[in-house]
Amino acid sequence: MKRLSTARTTLPFALSALFSAAMAAPAAQAADVNIYTSRQPELIQPVLDAFSEETGLTTATIFIDKGLEERIKAEGANSPADLIMTVDIGRLDAAKQAGVVQPVDSAVLTKNIPEHFRDSEKEWFALTARGRVVYASKERVDADAINYEELADPKWKGRLCTRSGQHQYNIALIAAYIAHHGEEAAREWVTGLRDNLARSPEGGDRDQAKAIFAGECDVAIGNTYYVGQMMTNEKEPAQKEWANAIKVIMPTFDNGLTHVNVSGVSLAKNAPNEENAIKLMEFLSSDTAQKIYAEPQLRVSRRARYRDVGSRQIVRRT
Amino acid sequence: MSVIPSGHHRRLIPWRIDLRGRGDDGYLAVAFALAAIVAMPFAALVWLAASGTSSNWAHLATTILPEAARVTLQLMLGVAVLTGTFGVVTAWLVATFDFPGRRLFSWALVLPLAVPTYIAAYCFVEFLHFAGPVQSAIRAVFGFQSSRDYWFPDVRSLWGAILILSSVLYPYVYLTVRMVFLMQGRKAADVARTLGASQASVFLKVLFPLARPAIAIGVSLALMESINDIGAVEFLGVRTLTFAVYSTWLNRGDLYGATQIALLMLAVIVLLVMVERFARRKQRFTLGRADRPQPGSQQLSRGKAVLACAACALPILLGFAIPLLVLGDYALRRLDQLADQQLWRALFHTVTLAGTTGLVTVLAGFMLAYGVRLTGSKRLKFMTRLAVLGYAVPGTVLAIGILIPLAGLDNWVDARMRAGFDVSTGLLLTGSGFAIVYAGFVRFMAMGHGSLESAFTKLSPHLDMAARTLGRSPGATLFEVILPLMRPALLTAFLLVFVEASKELSATILLRPFDFETLATFVYSQTSRSAFEDGSVAALLIVLVGILPVAILNRSILAETARG
Repeated sequence: MKRLSTARTTLPFALSALFSAAMAAPAAQAADVNIYTSRQPELIQPVLDAFSEETGLTTATIFIDKGLEERIKAEGANSPADLIMTVDIGRLDAAKQAGVVQPVDSAVLTKNIPEHFRDSEKEWFALTARGRVVYASKERVDADAINYEELADPKWKGRLCTRSGQHQYNIALIAAYIAHHGEEAAREWVTGLRDNLARSPEGGDRDQAKAIFAGECDVAIGNTYYVGQMMTNEKEPAQKEWANAIKVIMPTFDNGLTHVNVSGVSLAKNAPNEENAIKLMEFLSSDTAQKIYAEPQLRVSRRARYRDVGSRQIVRRT
Repeated sequence: MSVIPSGHHRRLIPWRIDLRGRGDDGYLAVAFALAAIVAMPFAALVWLAASGTSSNWAHLATTILPEAARVTLQLMLGVAVLTGTFGVVTAWLVATFDFPGRRLFSWALVLPLAVPTYIAAYCFVEFLHFAGPVQSAIRAVFGFQSSRDYWFPDVRSLWGAILILSSVLYPYVYLTVRMVFLMQGRKAADVARTLGASQASVFLKVLFPLARPAIAIGVSLALMESINDIGAVEFLGVRTLTFAVYSTWLNRGDLYGATQIALLMLAVIVLLVMVERFARRKQRFTLGRADRPQPGSQQLSRGKAVLACAACALPILLGFAIPLLVLGDYALRRLDQLADQQLWRALFHTVTLAGTTGLVTVLAGFMLAYGVRLTGSKRLKFMTRLAVLGYAVPGTVLAIGILIPLAGLDNWVDARMRAGFDVSTGLLLTGSGFAIVYAGFVRFMAMGHGSLESAFTKLSPHLDMAARTLGRSPGATLFEVILPLMRPALLTAFLLVFVEASKELSATILLRPFDFETLATFVYSQTSRSAFEDGSVAALLIVLVGILPVAILNRSILAETARG
């Protein structure tokens, strides 16, 4: 029988040490405010840092984009979550429907956030809004104004690109269409969009800009945010070319309103640090936080937001 | 170390021969407990699926599922054919012929295993997209301006998904099949050659049928990974059943319906596995032992050698070189990220979690496989069959199956402690490293257990009997005879699980603690805000973390072959 070499005998012990290290990862490194977020931590960290600086309270986050409500539900009364931050109205409402949030009574929030940007039962509050806009080829599209209804017009046949219609951003847009025009008209509109598609829906919003750059399509549906991201991408200058190939058109519905995708915040039902959590919610709606939100990449923050819908400013800045 | 008498002609001995001894009932109980722990998430999912009715079934059944089922079947068929072709052809070439670069190819062919499917998908799209190097070159050469000037296949399609998934999954087939070719295949092939068969007919009539069980094992691993994949197919716009599971859950807010689809898929997979087993029930694969597994040494003519090299290089190029190139290109512009503490913490988390998962899974897999061998318990065998299904369940769905019982247990303990001692323990296991390891353990049991089970079938039960006859206790038999013989197989199993676990994403995301990133979640978080480039350094690290184990894996499998 071959003798066990030293390496082979030590290996299991080394691994056991790793094992215990992993096990020791505590269930909740409880900070003063604990956040479950379906929005990427990179995007909220600057605001959270500002909050910590101002108040001395620490924050901890987990980015969960699928199953956030289920996790809180399963954790029940002992859930460490204080705040739930989500992107898109659909997810805000899903959290509400799942019963994992609770109402917040705050004069600050009521003052800072216009009524139609918060839940009437005070269970969610929108913090930012991104216009769902049209990217159009600078070369191949002359129009400087487009309305959403028009995208279904046969003149765009074979010229339209979009990400999956099952993505929350597009679902929300279709929902808005239903709200404005009713189900029947929305069905016709969506059918029209489908017939206009230059290729089957794929990729993310940024890929649609890329497709226009490539000449695969002339108009696309996307959020303002991604244009800013591409414009400011110093490491990948190629992306500036993509962004330069398109112009951002802020479309409206026939009634003059632009559809925005909101992101927002809710207080978790069993928040262990309720008081701190509300402090953070109020901070997020404050001018300081809103300025930070608005800065990096053209995502329209809620307050700079649509006093005049279709904000010329945004179009000009792109 | 030849414990097995050489020349001993071995047949698979029917399991009813009882190897049990005193104390085995206790062992059996532990094995059952283990199997139950693995089965718990499935039970939770069944409970979840049964606890609510989906209002969407009529809609799903008429509009979504038929199409999704068709796409999934095509994807599976394509992946089966392509991984089978890549895997079998390359294994045959390196095991049979001598050509320049064979030694290099024989291990480089395993490398694509280190590349996660979702990362491969992103890299391929970047590589083949309009602005990528291939199309730019085409335009430069032909003077095209826009994508409308020429035709180029869209990699974001079903065929693209088949190609991409197969490019990184074929090593499963390659590894299992090469082992057969080197071991049993050599002798059989030599005999056939002596009897005048051509190289081609040896391959078709002798080697291929001989390798069938190995192909089935390799292909089924590749298929399970294709079925549960969401990252790659979502990005490529391929609407599989798993995609339907996610969209039913997240877009329709219908977790019940989603779980029901997932379980239905699982049922179909079980059926497929049973059909495959049934189809080869009559075949008996006796495991003759090559004294020393020598790769064939037949020289190839120059032209054929070039072809062989090309055939081996192609899958490596697709599954490894292209992703590495794309990631490397992005990463070079982001070397400053290497100074980021967060990245190194993520690396540490990845390695510890994968190591722990590997260890736990292999230990448990060994106990289950040995339990079946020792006792021949039908019930345990059945439980073990269930235990390896975790790999076929979409990761996030499985994670929910883990979340529910784990949080339930935590809350129960907490309530008890509050009632009894007025102390709140809170959540102990939920949202800890434990939960992630548990998920990996359930998910990758197929790898851990599978390679051990097949290694066990190669160990003659006579060994156990001889040891027992010579007065060894069951425990001593295990430690003095079985474990030393199983060591290469244990290492193989560990490495397979380690590599898989270091790529794991969807369960980790849902189950992790606060401020806890692994390399995979780091990449995902960048990707989900459309900045895949910023995740390139981390993605490259995932691949690098995988390379070493994959290289060792290759050697340990060869070692296993040598021991036969």
